[in-house]
Parts: sequence; C-alpha cells; structure tokens
Amino acid sequence: MGNAMQEYLPEQDKLSGPRAFDVESVRRDFPILAERVHGKPLIYLDNAATTQKPRSVIESISRFYESQNSNVHRGVHYLSQTATEAFEGSRRKIQRFLNARSSSEIIFVRGATEAINLVAQSYGRDRVGPGDEILISAMEHHSNIVPWQILCQQTGASLKVIPMNDDGELLLDEFDKLVGPKTRLLSVIYVSNSLGTVNLVSEMIELAHSRGVPVMLDAAQAMPHLSVDVQKLDVDFLALSGHKVFGPTGIGVLFGKADLLESMSPYQGGGDMISSVTFEKTTYNTLPYKFEAGTPNIAGAIGLGVAVDYVSEIGFDQIEAYEGELLSYATSALSEIPEVKIIGNAKEKASVVSFALEGIHPHDIGTILDQAGVAIRTGHHCAQPVMAFYGVPATARASLAFYNTAWEIDALVGAIHSVLKVFR
Amino acid sequence: MSFLSDLYQEVILDHNRRPRNFGELNDANGMAEGFNPLCGDKVKVYLKTENGVIQDVTFQGAGCAISTASASIMTEAMKGKTLDEARATFAKFHDMVTGKLEFDPDDEELQRLEVFHRLSEYPVRVKCATLVWHALMAALEDQAQAISTE
Ligand SMILES: Cc1ncc(COP(=O)(O)O)c(C=O)c1O
Repeated sequence: MGNAMQEYLPEQDKLSGPRAFDVESVRRDFPILAERVHGKPLIYLDNAATTQKPRSVIESISRFYESQNSNVHRGVHYLSQTATEAFEGSRRKIQRFLNARSSSEIIFVRGATEAINLVAQSYGRDRVGPGDEILISAMEHHSNIVPWQILCQQTGASLKVIPMNDDGELLLDEFDKLVGPKTRLLSVIYVSNSLGTVNLVSEMIELAHSRGVPVMLDAAQAMPHLSVDVQKLDVDFLALSGHKVFGPTGIGVLFGKADLLESMSPYQGGGDMISSVTFEKTTYNTLPYKFEAGTPNIAGAIGLGVAVDYVSEIGFDQIEAYEGELLSYATSALSEIPEVKIIGNAKEKASVVSFALEGIHPHDIGTILDQAGVAIRTGHHCAQPVMAFYGVPATARASLAFYNTAWEIDALVGAIHSVLKVFR
Repeated sequence: MSFLSDLYQEVILDHNRRPRNFGELNDANGMAEGFNPLCGDKVKVYLKTENGVIQDVTFQGAGCAISTASASIMTEAMKGKTLDEARATFAKFHDMVTGKLEFDPDDEELQRLEVFHRLSEYPVRVKCATLVWHALMAALEDQAQAISTE
C-alpha cells in the first residue's frame, strides 16, 4: 500500500458541496472518531449496525446518573420529579421529531425489535385469526419476520411476502395484488439495512389504507438518514431504535396512532402500566404508560432525546444532501474496482453499500479491512432471505453516516486493494 | 501488516485456491454438516472408514479462506488415522487455535497444522477454522452409530 496510503490521510475533505456542512467540525462532536484501531485511525463504516454517539449524548447520560438519578413517576421527592421531567421531556422531543400528534403516542421500548413484537402481540393476537394474512417484504430484517411468524403460529394466519427485483426494489405491482381482503396488516422496512433501498412507503401506505389495511413501518434504518413525519405518512405504527440514530442502546420507540393503541391489550403487565390493582381486577393506565410496564430505561430515554436534538440541529436537509454526495462518491469509487459487485442498486437509496468481491469471502474482507482500521460489517445482516435471494452466504457492507468522509471512502478502497493483493 | 502474513500465509491461500479432497464422496459411510449461523457458512464432511481406520475424507461447501483451508488441510491430515487418533488430533487442533495449547514445533502432528497456530489471536475467526472439524467429529459419530446399529 505504501504510497497509496498517503492519499488517505485526513488533510482536506474532497466533498465540497455548496452547503456549509462542516464535516470535520461534526466529527469533533464524536469522541470515538479520534480512536485508533490496530495503530491506525478508526474508520467507522458500520453505522447500520449501530451509530456512534455525540459528546452531548454521552454527557447527558453521566449527568443523569451524577445528579438526577431517581425512579420516574413514583416519588414526591425532588430527584424523582427532576428525573420524571427529563424523561417526559424526552418523550416530547421525540414526538416533535416524528411529528406525532401527541406525546402519548410515543411508547418507550427497548428497540425496534421490541416495538415490532409489541404490535405483533398486542395488536395482532386480538385481531388476527385462521386464514388471515400478514404482509411483509422480501428485504425484511429478521426482526420484522420472526415476530410475525410467531403470530402466525399462534393464530393460524399466514405470512405473505412482497417480492423484489435484482436491484433490490420492491415490486409494487405484486404488492398491489397481495393486499387483499384477508390482509390484516402490512409491516414493511422503510430503509433496508442490507441493501440501502428506501422503499416507496408513502405509496404503499396509501394503497394499503385504501383497502382498509393498517401499516407498520420498521424505520430503524430510516431515522438516521431521512426526516420522518408520521402524520404526513399517515402511518399507523412505526418502530425505531435509539442506538441507530446516535442515541444509546437499550432504548427505542414505538409510535402508534392513539386510537389503535387505546384499543389494544397491554404487552406486559407490571408496575407503572396500571391505574389500580386488586386481586380481582386491574385497570390499566392511560397511554403511553399502558405499554410501559416496569422501570424504564430512564437514562437511555434522556440520551435519545439529546440525540434527536443533535440530529435536528444539523437538520435533515444538510444530512440528506451530504450523505447523497457521500453515497455517490462511494458507489463510483467502489464500482471502479473491477472485482467489486455492488448488491442493491435501487434508484432510491440511503448511504449503505453492500458488496461482494469475486471469489473472496466477506469474512476475509472484514478481517483484512479491520487491520487497516476500517470497520465494516460482514455477514448476513440479519437478513438471510435477502442473502438467499442474491445467492450469497454473506456480503460486506459499508454503511455511512453524516460524520463519514470521502477520505474514509478512499481508505476503504485502499484496504480493498490490499485484500485483492493478498488473494491475487 | 505482519498480520497478513500470519493469518493469510501462502499455505492457507494455496489450499483456498485449490482445496484438496473437495467434493462428494460416493461410497461414504459417514456424513455430517456444519453450519455457522454467524456468517451463514455451511460445510459437509464425507467420511469412509474401514476397520476403524479413516480411508477417505472429503468436504463440500463455500466458506472463507480460513475455513476452506482448514477443511482442506484437515482432510489431508486425517487419512489413514484410526478414529481415536482422529479425535486426539481434533482435541490438539482445537486447543491450539483457542490458545489453550502452545504450539510445539517438535510435535509432528501440529507441524501439519502449524499455519493455524496464530489464529488464537483472532478470536472471531477461530470458529471459521473449527467448524469443519466439528463436522468431522459429528461424521465420526454418524459413522459410529451406523456401525452400532448394524
Ligand atoms: C431494518 C432494521 N430493523 C430492525 C432492527 C432491529 O433493531 P434492534 O436490534 O435495535 O432492535 C435493525 C437492526 O439491525 C434493522 O437494521
């Protein structure tokens, strides 16, 4: 690599769009980006697995434990009130971030996985029966497949799958045919974690609604890349994970339309979700608490509120424009390597590039890249049906956030060349 | 990048390019499949034994360079071994790649497997190398069971 490596030193970024987006200054907000790995600067291109956290998020969590820690909704003492205010304040921030009508539509959960399981059980079990159908797509993450399979086993319903084309785009004609009188729910991935595809969810929601079918969106990968407005989308349920949008792990959100949430049975029973309990009868608490049994991840929720503040401050206008440039830079840089085959070429894509190197297993790619300080994901990305569709056991995936840069892409390309050299 | 020469030694790359004993074994009397859910890799091991001795062993499947080379080298090392010897070699190999056993350059058996002795420094890759060995052990059991039910 010798000479070539010089090019990858972070002197000046090559992307100089018209906007005043200063990536180097954004990078300074993320302490981990200054780390070194195997003696090389960390180049973190695994943002679809989890994103890094800005200092403000990290500090909000230690501040909570240092000066505010207390349980929420349970005490008259000062700290409990402070903690409750911070926790509920964060709920309102997320309400505004998603443009939900009311903060009672924001349910704190562990992550997107729990949000989907909650809907499958609390919404699905009461409404789905033998012969009914749940509709998902060919590019779902396992977390939007397995909860529905469990529901189908419990109820005798069946799972239908919207197919996709070789570029990784859902076939909307087929979708149209699949939404029928037996369809009880459409649950679809907004942005694909394995292919980067941004699905045309507005159209899909409109069509589903026109046939009386409610829609859940797995927005885990959409949140870090695009602005999501639940009222504009008119979506019924939406799942997100805090850690994928620059917040902490162990916290996520289920958005649900209030009338639907009202009509649903609780997911778990316990403290906080009740208004009165006797051994004979329990009445449930109002929204959102009905779905938040037990002590929640208070620090996590507060951290997530700070994370959405951070993202809002930068603004999705800037994020989308910058990431769009980054994606086309990465796509063309990788396409210039003849051995690289990009998997997922949808017209609408977020900054995720899955690829294969002819004759070289992704694990070998991942190990060699790691030694160059470049962190990518190799594997099936919890989307084994997608891998089966493309006939590969796994792919290598570079997933980019707004703090990534063109020189990092150059480093990725350089490291891929050293993979090729080893295997030549 | 000394790690490259550690992990991706020429011997490994050579076995990866031209795996030995690759393919189905028609007259096998033992077979087992190994699956690594982490990467989705699958490997099949075919075994032919006679009078408690491994006459032939082959493998099939697509994996990374480490797993392919491990399979290829394993098949070469196993031919002619008794079942007990095969189990003993597995135990040694396993202990070496998980760092429980120091590489002993005087141990003839380990010499053949030497290319993997630094693998313990790459813990996430250890499973790549051991998968096919586990499949072999399962194939031995498969074969042992076939005998015991005769
Ligand atoms: C599209 C998608 N949905 C759901 C999930 C599950 O998220 P979590 O593991 O945070 O619950 C992920 C995480 O990889 C994802 O990429």
